[in-house]
Amino acid sequence: MKNFQIIRALSSKSAVSSIAKENSAMFIAGGTNLVDLMKKNVVSPDKLIDINGVDLKKIEFLTGKVSIGALAKNSQVAEDQLIKESYPLLALALAAGASQQIRHMATVGGNMLQRTRCSYFYNPDMPCNKRVPKSGCGAIGGANRMHAIFGASDSCIAVHPSDMCIALAALDATVFTEGPKGKREIRFTDFHRLPGNTPEKDNTLLDKEIITSIEIPNNNFTKNIHYLKVRDRSSYAFALISVAAGLDIKDNTIQDARLAMGGVAHKPWRLTEAEEFLKGKTVSEKTFRQAADLAMKGARSYGDNDFKLTLGPNAITEALTIAASK
Amino acid sequence: MAAKKSIKKVVEEDSNNSRRDFIKKSGLFTALAFTPPSLVMASDKKWDEKIAEYLETVPLSLEVNGVKHNLNIEPRTTLLDLLREQLLLTGTKKGCDHGQCGACTVHVNGTRILSCLSLASMQQNAQVTTIEGLSKGKKLHPMQEAFIKNDGFQCGYCTPGQIMSGIACIKEGHANSRDEIREYMSGNICRCGAYHNIVDAITEVKEGGMPL
Repeated sequence: MKNFQIIRALSSKSAVSSIAKENSAMFIAGGTNLVDLMKKNVVSPDKLIDINGVDLKKIEFLTGKVSIGALAKNSQVAEDQLIKESYPLLALALAAGASQQIRHMATVGGNMLQRTRCSYFYNPDMPCNKRVPKSGCGAIGGANRMHAIFGASDSCIAVHPSDMCIALAALDATVFTEGPKGKREIRFTDFHRLPGNTPEKDNTLLDKEIITSIEIPNNNFTKNIHYLKVRDRSSYAFALISVAAGLDIKDNTIQDARLAMGGVAHKPWRLTEAEEFLKGKTVSEKTFRQAADLAMKGARSYGDNDFKLTLGPNAITEALTIAASK
Repeated sequence: MAAKKSIKKVVEEDSNNSRRDFIKKSGLFTALAFTPPSLVMASDKKWDEKIAEYLETVPLSLEVNGVKHNLNIEPRTTLLDLLREQLLLTGTKKGCDHGQCGACTVHVNGTRILSCLSLASMQQNAQVTTIEGLSKGKKLHPMQEAFIKNDGFQCGYCTPGQIMSGIACIKEGHANSRDEIREYMSGNICRCGAYHNIVDAITEVKEGGMPL
């Protein structure tokens, strides 16, 4: 790892003003992804701004919503009793990610900003438009078993790796940020982006901006929910496909539905058309299968990941069936 | 080119010094020759300042297994390398060095974390416990005893990480069933496949209710 300077910021304002003066500085929180990327020479900042001293760790239950600080640890959120009761889909998704050691280190904001695990991105000897713009994409025509089936481009077919973010996309969360030009709020589903011709940009965070918190509005998705994660081993592996499913069922009729997929696109993939289809329908596996088929419209595979075209609808059907049975 | 000229000049000026000094200095010049040109060429006369900046260290105070240390470290030093290379506590193992195996698991302020993905420079005033800090004199920690009794290892390389993780697994309240133990120990990979006996060892310690 190339050496660097490190300074500690004690407020989000001082963190933003510290980074504003720098050309090659980065914020570091849990470091579980950034330190790894630095060891592999994927990123080599000259300076790190350690933001762990900033007071952004609180989980606050407010009227009609919960606010979670960007520096709250993944395990802290996953094991919070009120989160488990009021936002169980988020708790399930968090517990499905990484290992307990990593969840103790990783923060909510860092989880949102983690980079793809595409093996071409991680190998500086390989072409990768995300790492080096216009250097080509090794995964197209290469080893692409983990890669996207939705929203990819000729520049990049990498997928977003988070589990937490799939639940947050389904739960209509909002992201709060602070930067040199002030504070902003961004709809969670608008935070991550599709690759297009600029796959080097994972999200819509502006240069030198910092995530301060996220908010989730209260909802009725507390009982009939499930986070299904299909992976190569039963724990501690990235998703081949994951599904966050939430159903609001009264008298066997679906009042409202939430569905999002992970492991299939450059961003958490919300399945709004399938959600609309499910509203007002009676709970049945046939209905769930029809919703899954709707959700898969427009899917396209790249060779090694052809299996995702079959696994996808099966996973959606399974997740909805398990959610409905709870 | 400018850098080479200045080095040659310095060597000529020092030509009366001993052979040992010459070898030391020429070693430094060789190192200089391999430093990025931009760094050396930045300023002919101020290259020593530039090198100092390049090799900058930061002060760090932390406690490891109850012993206080005041150190100066490079910001890029991981907690794992600090423990093994500078404090010579080699019980904590470097497996993958990329957060994929758990061999480097230690406790920081009572929480299990991966020391390979932790920058030591971010551990100011931390209290670190490693495998070396578990036993009391010659008396092993109950988890160490249980690993021996239940044959919880073969080659032993992952064992320090497994034991540190196993203790935390119980303290966190995640050892209530064999399935739960397996899930919350999934960050510790054992290539020998001693998983069954590791779960036995953790179950025994949990059920024994001994203070951890």
